[in-house]
Amino acid sequence: MKKLTFRRGGVRLPDSKLTAGKPIVEVEAPEVAVVALGQHIGRPARAVVSPGDRVARYQLLAEADGFISANIHSPVTGTVKSIGPVCGANGYDIDAIIVESTEEDRDSDRAMMPVRVRTDVEIAAMSPDEIRRAVRGCGIVGLGGATFPTDVKLTVPEGKSADVLIVNGAECEPYLTSDHALMLESAEEILKGVEAARRACGAAQAIVGIEENKCDALRRMAEAAGGYPATEVVGLRERYPQGGEKQLINAVTGREVPAGKLPIDAGAVVVNVGTAYAIWRGLAYGEPLVRRIVTVTGPDVEGRGNFRVWNGTAVATLLELAGASAEQGSKLVLGGPMMGHAAINPDAPTMKGTSGVLLLPPSMSGRLEPDACVRCARCVSVCPMGLEPYLISTLCRFGRVKEAREHSIANCIECGCCSYICPSSRPLLDFIRLGKSKR
Amino acid sequence: MIYCISEIVLPAAALGVLGALAAVLLCVVVKRFAVVEDDRIGMVEELLPGANCGACGLLGCHDFAVECVRRGGPEGIVCPGAGEEKMSQIAGIFGKDGAGKAARNIAVVGCGGAYAHRFPAAIYSGPKLCRIESRIGSGPMSCSYGCLGCGDCTSVCPFGAIRIDPVSRLPLVDEGGCTGCGKCVEACPRNLISLRPQGPKGRRVWVGCSNRQRGAVARKGCSVACIGCGKCVRTCPFDAVEVRDNLAVIDPAKCRLCRKCVAACPTGAIMTSNFPAALSNQ
Amino acid sequence: MSRLLVISESPHIHTGDTTQRIMWRVLLALVPAFLCAVYSFGIGALIVTATAMAGCVATEFLIARYMLGRRAPFVSVSAMLTGVLLAFNLPSNLPVWIVLIGSVVAIGVGKMSFGGLGCNIFNPALVGRVFLLLSFPQQMTTWPLPIVNRLRYADALTGATSLTQIKEGVAGAVDWAGEAIGATGGSLGEVAGFALIAGGLYLLATRVITWHIPVSMLLSAGLFSLVIGNDPFVELLGGGLLLGALFMATDYVTSPMSHSGMLLYGVMIGLITVVIREWGAYPEGVSFAILLMNGATPLINRYMKPRKVGEGRRDG
Repeated sequence: MKKLTFRRGGVRLPDSKLTAGKPIVEVEAPEVAVVALGQHIGRPARAVVSPGDRVARYQLLAEADGFISANIHSPVTGTVKSIGPVCGANGYDIDAIIVESTEEDRDSDRAMMPVRVRTDVEIAAMSPDEIRRAVRGCGIVGLGGATFPTDVKLTVPEGKSADVLIVNGAECEPYLTSDHALMLESAEEILKGVEAARRACGAAQAIVGIEENKCDALRRMAEAAGGYPATEVVGLRERYPQGGEKQLINAVTGREVPAGKLPIDAGAVVVNVGTAYAIWRGLAYGEPLVRRIVTVTGPDVEGRGNFRVWNGTAVATLLELAGASAEQGSKLVLGGPMMGHAAINPDAPTMKGTSGVLLLPPSMSGRLEPDACVRCARCVSVCPMGLEPYLISTLCRFGRVKEAREHSIANCIECGCCSYICPSSRPLLDFIRLGKSKR
Repeated sequence: MIYCISEIVLPAAALGVLGALAAVLLCVVVKRFAVVEDDRIGMVEELLPGANCGACGLLGCHDFAVECVRRGGPEGIVCPGAGEEKMSQIAGIFGKDGAGKAARNIAVVGCGGAYAHRFPAAIYSGPKLCRIESRIGSGPMSCSYGCLGCGDCTSVCPFGAIRIDPVSRLPLVDEGGCTGCGKCVEACPRNLISLRPQGPKGRRVWVGCSNRQRGAVARKGCSVACIGCGKCVRTCPFDAVEVRDNLAVIDPAKCRLCRKCVAACPTGAIMTSNFPAALSNQ
Repeated sequence: MSRLLVISESPHIHTGDTTQRIMWRVLLALVPAFLCAVYSFGIGALIVTATAMAGCVATEFLIARYMLGRRAPFVSVSAMLTGVLLAFNLPSNLPVWIVLIGSVVAIGVGKMSFGGLGCNIFNPALVGRVFLLLSFPQQMTTWPLPIVNRLRYADALTGATSLTQIKEGVAGAVDWAGEAIGATGGSLGEVAGFALIAGGLYLLATRVITWHIPVSMLLSAGLFSLVIGNDPFVELLGGGLLLGALFMATDYVTSPMSHSGMLLYGVMIGLITVVIREWGAYPEGVSFAILLMNGATPLINRYMKPRKVGEGRRDG
C-alpha cells in the first residue's frame, strides 16, 4: 500500500501513543452530570428543560440555536438540578445544565439496551436530507476536536459539489489513541457511518486516511472496507498535522484548499472516524451523541487507557479512574499536546470535543525560557501553510496586525509546529493567536 | 603651465560649474516644491503634549493642530492632555479667549482584588501579557473577572501615567499624567478600566469590582468582590447606584459623592479618590 | 485548591532541541577539521584557535555584561563558535595580538554592535577576518607550510597556497589530492577538505543545516569554474570554499529564511567567489562573496517568500 502525505511543512513528532492497542473501557455514568450548553462551535444550545424536570437518558436537554449549533441530550436519567454558570475547564464560567441521578435512575440506565430503530436496508433507503436531519437531531458534531456541527458539514452549499468524502483516521496528535481504539473495535460500524455520510453529501467516493503508526487499525479497516466498493482505505505517512482538514485533503487527493476557503471548495468533505461512528449509532439506534471515547494518558499515569465516557463526567473522575493524580506543577491538557487546551479546573465536565485527557508531569509542563531568534528558518520550513511564523509572530507582538494580515496570518491553522520546533523556544504561536484574535 | 591648467584649474572649474548648477537646481526645487504651512500649526503643535494619543478624536497632535487652523481655533475639539491653561493659549493663537472646556476624564480601575485579597489558581508559563493569559483561561489568580497584573495597560499608556503596584499587583493611575485618552481602556482584555469624569477636586466614587458572578462565587474568589447585595442601591439617596448582573454600578452623573455607599458596602468593594484621609480608602 | 496546575498556550510539547545544543553540534562538526589543522600546523593551530575563542568569548561577555547591562553567561557558545570559525580563517602563524584584534572586531563590531545574537547582518567571523585581511595584508597572506612547521609558531616557514599559485600562473604545481587530505598550505580550516565534508555531513544528518545552501553554492562554483575553463576540483577543494559552504554561509542569522531564497543565496555566493578568484585582486573570494550575500539577505527574505499553501498555484 502506498503511503501518502501532505506536501508542505509538517513535523515528525515522537508519537508517544502510550495507550495504543488498549481496549475501550466502559465508564459508568456520573451521579451528577454537568452538561454544558456550548459543546460545539457556533451558538450555544438553548435549554428546553427547567430545574426540577425529570429527564430520561438521551432526552433532549437543549436545542440547537440557529444553523451552526447543535442539540444537547442528557447522558443520564435523573432530575434537572440547575441551569446556570459553572466553572469550566479554563476557569471561566460556562452555562451548563446539571442533572442529578439517583441509584434507581442509574440502575434503569444500566438495564437499558440499545434498540435498533432502523435496519441497514432502511438506512440505505434514506434520502440525503433525511440522513442530515437525523444527524442534526442527534446533535452530532465533529469529534476530531473542532466540534463543528456535522449536519452543516454534510450540507453541500448551492453551486458547489463534493466528489470525495475524506474520513480522518490520521490521529496525528501524540498520545491520543481514541480513534485508533475505535477503529480496532468498530471498523464495520464506522464504515457503515461513512457510507451514510458519503450519501448525505453526495460524494461518489469515500477515502479513509490512516497514519501508518496504526498499522493494525489500517489493516482492520482495509479488510472491513472490502464490502464497500465506494470506500477506499489509504495509509498515510506519520506526520503532523496530517489530521488537519487542509493537510488531509492534500495528502489524500493532492488538492489544495484555496486560502480562506473551506474544504468543499476543493470538492471534499472531511469527517472524523469517531463522527462516522456517531452517525451510525444515531441512524441505527437513534442514539444521540452523549458519549465518546476519551484517551486518558500521560507518562506517569498508571491506569492510562481508552475510556468510553458519558458527557458531563468530571475530568477529575477520569483521572481518578486511571489512577492519576495531578501534583503541584503538573499540566492537565484537554485534547492532544499540540492543540489541546491546558485546564485550570480539573472538576470541569468532559464534552463532545474532549478527545483526550493528558496529564503531563511537572518536568514536562513548563515552557523553556525563550532565547533570541537566530533565524534558523525552521519555523518557515515546518509551517504546513507556507507562512513565515517568525515574521508574523514578531509583527503581532508589536501590534502590527495589519502587516501580519498582509503576510496571510489568517491562513494559520494554529497547529503549533512553529512553537514546537523553535530551538530558541520562542512562543511564536502565542503571539500569532493574539494577532488572529484582534479585529 | 599646461599641466597646471589641466590638473588644477580644469577640475576646479568643472566642479565649480557643477556646484553652481546644483545650487540653481536646489533653488528651483525649493521654490517649486515649497509646502506653505500655516505658522499657527507649528505654534499649536508646540503647546500640545506630542504623544499622539488620539484622545481628541484625531489621528495625532499634528492633525489636531491642522484641524484647529482649519476651524479657526480649537472649536469643538479639545486636547485633554494639554490641560486648560495650554488650551486657552492655543485659543489665544487664534485671537480667541478661553477654549472649549473639556470635562476631563480619568481612567479608573474596576478591580480592587489585590494580591492579598485573592489566591493563586494556577501557574502560568509563557509571555507575561494579560491578553494571552486571559485568552487561555481565567488566569493564575482566582476570580475570572479580575486584574491579571501583567501591565498591558502600562505598556500602551503614552504618558507613563499608569503603573502596576508591586505589592497589590494592580494598576495605579497617576492623576497628574492621565489625560483620559482611553488607550488603557482598549488594552485591558478584561475591560476593567473605564473613564470617569475627574470630579470636583478629583473626588470620585466607583465600584472597584467587575465580577458578574453570583455573590457567593465572586466572594469565594476575592474578599473584596462586589456580591451584588444591593445595600449600596438602598443606601444611595440620589439613585445613583444600580445592580446589573450581580454587579453594582455607580452613575457618575448622579453621584453626589456622599460616600454613604462606601460605608454600607459589606465587602469594601467601593473605591474613592482624593477625599480627606479619614474616610478615603485609597 | 492546593495543587496548582500549569497553564500555557499550546503546543504543550517541544522538540527539546535548543539553540545552545545546535551550536555545540556545529562545534563538534568542526573537530575533525581542527584535528587535521593540528596535524598540519601543530602548535600554531592550537595557539591561534585558543586565542580566537578566548578573545571572542571575553569580548562578548564584557560587552553584554558591562555595556549592554545584560545578565549574560560567562561563556557564550555562539561566541566560542565565532572564535573557532575566525581561527579557521587565519594562518597558523598569525601573531596573538592580531588574532585578538580580529576577535574583538568580529564580536564587537560584527555582532554586538547590532544587538547581539540574532541581530547581526554579517557573519561575525568573516567580519573579523576581512578586517584583518585589509588591515594586516602581509601577515594575513603569508601561509606557513604544513607538516614542517608543527613545532614552530612565530618563526614558521611560509609558502603560497594553491590559489595563489594559480593566480600567479604556476598552476602546474597544484595537486588537488593533496588539498583533500590537508597537505597544502592555507589557513587553518582550509587544509582538510575531507574533514570539513565529514563535519558537514554530520550537520546535514543531524538537521542542523539543510542541503540548500552548501549544494547550490558548491554546484554553482564548480559549474561556473568549469565554464570559464578552470579545474573545478581545485576550485572546490582549494581555499575556503568548503569551509564557507558548509559552515560560514549556512550561519542561521545571516542566511535567508525560505528554501528558494537559500538556493539563490548559495548560487550567488558560488558565482561571486569564482568571479573574485578569477578576475579580482585577491586570490580568495569566499569571505567577500558571503559577506556580500549576507548584505543581500534581507532583500532576499523580502522578495523570496515560501509559497503559501492555497494561494497561487493550485492542485499541484
